[in-house]
Amino acid sequence: MNSENHDALVVGGGLVGAAIAYGLQRQGLRTLLLDEGDVAFRASRGNFGLVWVQSKGLGAPHYQRWTRGSAEEWPSLAAELQERTGIGTGLHQPGGVHICLSGEEFEKRGDYMARLQREAGNLGMEYRMIPGAEARDMLPGLGPKVAGVSWTPYDGHASPLYLLRALHTAFTGLGGRYQPNARVERSTAAPQDFSVEAGGIRHRAPRVVLAAGLGNADLAPRFGLSAPVRPERGQILVTERARQVLPMPTTTIRQTEEGSLMLGDSKEDAGFDLGQNPEIMRQIARRAVLSFPWIAELNLVRAWSALRVMAPDGLPIYDQSERFPGAFTANCHSGVTLAGTHANRLAPMIAAGALEPEMAPFTARRFDVRHAA
Amino acid sequence: MFATRPEIRPATVEVLVDGQPCRVPEGASAAAALLLAGLPASRETPVSGAPRLPYCMMGVCFDCLAKIDGVANRQACMVTVRPGMRIAPQRGARMAGVA
Repeated sequence: MNSENHDALVVGGGLVGAAIAYGLQRQGLRTLLLDEGDVAFRASRGNFGLVWVQSKGLGAPHYQRWTRGSAEEWPSLAAELQERTGIGTGLHQPGGVHICLSGEEFEKRGDYMARLQREAGNLGMEYRMIPGAEARDMLPGLGPKVAGVSWTPYDGHASPLYLLRALHTAFTGLGGRYQPNARVERSTAAPQDFSVEAGGIRHRAPRVVLAAGLGNADLAPRFGLSAPVRPERGQILVTERARQVLPMPTTTIRQTEEGSLMLGDSKEDAGFDLGQNPEIMRQIARRAVLSFPWIAELNLVRAWSALRVMAPDGLPIYDQSERFPGAFTANCHSGVTLAGTHANRLAPMIAAGALEPEMAPFTARRFDVRHAA
Repeated sequence: MFATRPEIRPATVEVLVDGQPCRVPEGASAAAALLLAGLPASRETPVSGAPRLPYCMMGVCFDCLAKIDGVANRQACMVTVRPGMRIAPQRGARMAGVA
């Protein structure tokens, strides 16, 4: 078997792996990006495309900071990718809203946002709870059933597919090696010395990053890591293109740069089933039409489901192996939102050889049973 | 560019293609009417504005999108003509009916 040496191996060619690989290559590390192929679950191809802050990290201020940090990194990442590749990622960050369809929902959301702001501490978090009448002036065609919205200036959206393509193009443009149809077969791990067999070649490097989505659950233990991730299914409906009408995205409805309306997003425990289900599709459509009644006139042209990569507590897992220094893992369900921090903050830490102390709360050790004193 | 096949058809119906009267065989599709009317393009794409005419004629390619009897973005090849039907080009993305 042929053998090749690299500075870093990244396992997983989706948004998380590609953002990290791009960041590593940009730091000057000769990086190999291994991509299993279209037999994988391909969460990045099914992503909704929000760059979203206002629903993330209650009870986990470190996650709130990480998400906000990514929204801050996004404009420079998008500009840099455009510059290097000519590919626009369709990034718009005009702020965003979460729509509440009843007084009760609005009240609960108000409590939620207030708690999120308290937990933000010195970072601060600007938001407003906007009642229905005022919200209807802000968002054209907002339905009469809408009780109100929560708004923050941090939210936005982008095209997951253009982002993925831009990251891959930028990565290979910098000399990074992309290897498709390369499922990791055998592997060995020793401190700062890893080898994986993939696509008929044995690859060695002093660093390995596991970013294989749901595949991380099986891969991580082989490198002295743990990634107890499970699938959470989300379904999405897509309408025909319409003239731009929505000035900003909402938690479950966004209008793409090309004009399509994307409607989401269910949260289902369906195992590894990538199917769709009429009852869920009906719920998604009904909520969208209650929010914006004019959506009812638009034809649906596509629908799909994808599997989120979820840890037991819904938060990302970033970890480094204690047993085999040089091995890292990254797991999250927000490959678009977090692309900014993955490329611009996480990759430099991995290149430097260790995660910063601020990353400690993201360790998978948080799931270990604690020993009684 | 396009003409009807030479077989004798029992009847024709009159439709309006982009406002102009056009006679087409009974049972034909609105996309056939668009082709027979000889328009240089029956739609412009929403993103780049590229001109298009009906292509696959079997409901797959969406290049025949037209405004039919006031309804935007209909697949004209999937719609059978009726007398007096108004078939108009689809220029760019449709409007969403925001009140």
